[in-house]
Amino acid sequence: MNDEILYDLKSISKSFVKGKEQVTVFDGLNMSIKQGDFLAIMGPSGSGKTTLLNMLGGVDQPTGGEVWFDGNRVDTLSENGLAQWRANNIGFIFQFYNLMPMLNAARNIELPLLLTNLSKAQRKKSVATALELVELSDRAKHMPNELSGGQQQRVAIARAIISDPKLLLCDEPTGDLDRHTADEILQMLQLLNEKFGKTIVMVTHDPRAAEFAKRTLHLDKGEFVEKDLAA
Amino acid sequence: MSDLYLIFKNLTRKKLRLFLTMFATFIAFLIYGTITSFQAALDAGVELSADDRLVSVNKINFTQPLPISYVNKVRGVAGVEEVVHMNWFGGYYQDPRNQVQTFAVDKDTLLGVYTEIILTDEEEANWLQNRQAILVGESIARTNGWKVGDRLPLNSNIFSQADGKTVWQFDIVGVYTGADAQTDTNSVYIHYKYFNETQSFGGNYIGWMGVKTASPDLNEQVIKSIDDLFVNSPFETETVPEKAFQKAFIEQIGNIGLILTSVIGAAFFIILVIVGNSMVLAVRERTAEIGVMKTLGFKSVRIFRMVLGESMLLALMGGGLGLLASLGMIGLMNSVPAPLPTLIMDADVVLKAVGVMLALGLITGIIPAVSALRLNIITALSRG
Ligand SMILES: Nc1ncnc2c1ncn2[C@@H]1O[C@H](COP(=O)(O)OP(=O)(O)OP(=O)(O)O)[C@@H](O)[C@H]1O
Ligand SMILES: [Mg+2]
Repeated sequence: MNDEILYDLKSISKSFVKGKEQVTVFDGLNMSIKQGDFLAIMGPSGSGKTTLLNMLGGVDQPTGGEVWFDGNRVDTLSENGLAQWRANNIGFIFQFYNLMPMLNAARNIELPLLLTNLSKAQRKKSVATALELVELSDRAKHMPNELSGGQQQRVAIARAIISDPKLLLCDEPTGDLDRHTADEILQMLQLLNEKFGKTIVMVTHDPRAAEFAKRTLHLDKGEFVEKDLAA
Repeated sequence: MSDLYLIFKNLTRKKLRLFLTMFATFIAFLIYGTITSFQAALDAGVELSADDRLVSVNKINFTQPLPISYVNKVRGVAGVEEVVHMNWFGGYYQDPRNQVQTFAVDKDTLLGVYTEIILTDEEEANWLQNRQAILVGESIARTNGWKVGDRLPLNSNIFSQADGKTVWQFDIVGVYTGADAQTDTNSVYIHYKYFNETQSFGGNYIGWMGVKTASPDLNEQVIKSIDDLFVNSPFETETVPEKAFQKAFIEQIGNIGLILTSVIGAAFFIILVIVGNSMVLAVRERTAEIGVMKTLGFKSVRIFRMVLGESMLLALMGGGLGLLASLGMIGLMNSVPAPLPTLIMDADVVLKAVGVMLALGLITGIIPAVSALRLNIITALSRG
């Protein structure tokens, strides 16, 4: 079960057209992610980490190649089809939390449930459980601007897992946090991976953050490279 | 939590902006509701004029008199059912600024021609008996606190009595109501006989005649017969249907209405720009949030609907309050004694106003809604 492939990228290419110039970020990238993996992606600025994460999250489409998720092809889905697919399968965690400033913590967490058929009572129950998991039950009614960065990121984690997605995608989830708070967040991600079986892909610049992952991939100029960690 | 909750939260997140845009919409619809009620009342005034009623005036000008002998001649015309003659008294109560529309009339035929004046049997009997009787309209009675049994002194700013006094004493014998909500109840009626015998100059002349025909079909024929009767005499008449008379009279006010309509149009245009601009700004500020919502899996059409819903809600809230305030305004205007038609906000006015609100919401919301619809997630998030 744990060896099942969740994500399979086959010979992905991606280029952006910038005016007359064409920027090629990936050219024939292959990658597969096993169910239950916790993968850290590192690499210099401009190496394509965010672009890769965007494609994994279905918010950006590759220019060429095939994307298979859980046995289904997703790169051929329509815009609406992709939106529904994201709602069902992916949880997003951003560097700057990206909470809705006009909604309190509980309602921010509830937001993705508006995309499901759950009843009001079921939604309330799910939110309560998620709040407990991120240890913010006493902050349910707080607005984002009344919460610390770490607390906001925990709300964002609760929002990301509320629909029980298979895959969590995190772009620099601790990039805006101090060491101590960052460790708390990373421990939480670890818990979600180990205890709840969530597959996680995390982009980070921070080698200490990468240590929380099961394995680390290094991206350079659009390719995965071996890196001598001792160096 | 529902989409409506999100719309509401988005709308109310900047209190000052919400207040300003709502206030602008509020004012626009306050004016709109009042003016359209005014115009509806003017139209209704014409509508309400009886079809079987004619007005016969001096051809030179309707302020010129006619000999009282005309009344019986007109009564003899085929197709005429009843004739009432009237004089303008030019009355005021206590203070020349407190004008009272006073008509000196033929007491016996007034109620036969103006059937919309409603009295009790007792009031009618007293009106016929007492030569100093005065009938006052419900509205003006309320304004001045008059009631049946009161002695009412009225001054004329045109006429005086033989002894030089300009004040006449009357007995209020009836407070009449209107057959219809828009019937004028701001006027008062006195006996022509009493007026004619006590005034000091220009006796035995009447101002004009109200003529009731047997049927509206006969109007044309009766008009011709009456005017032919007095052709080439020193007092030629001009007889017209009351509707046309009313229309000509209020067309002057109607033109003011047109000017006001243009003013409203300009005001609405400015509000369109203000609210539209503020909506564009509000949504632009939320670019990253919209990107996040789309990332979470909200479909573009749903976000489009939410933005449009927000501008609609704004228009309906501001406009609804404005309309409500105009209702109060109308009540206020109706309570002021002025020779104005009774303003009524009927379903038609409300329906039209709601239509305008929806249009306003649509126009101010469509541009930001479309840009939210089209917003690309990658660009939205990289900008945040
Ligand atoms: N929308 C875009 N249009 C054009 N070029 C783009 C776009 N997005 C990314 N790129 C280019 O693709 C390359 C990879 O960008 P990406 O954002 O994936 O890098 P990154 O590894 O996430 O960098 P960082 O560590 O700074 O976040 C860069 O050269 C960038 O200029
Ligand atoms: Mg990046």
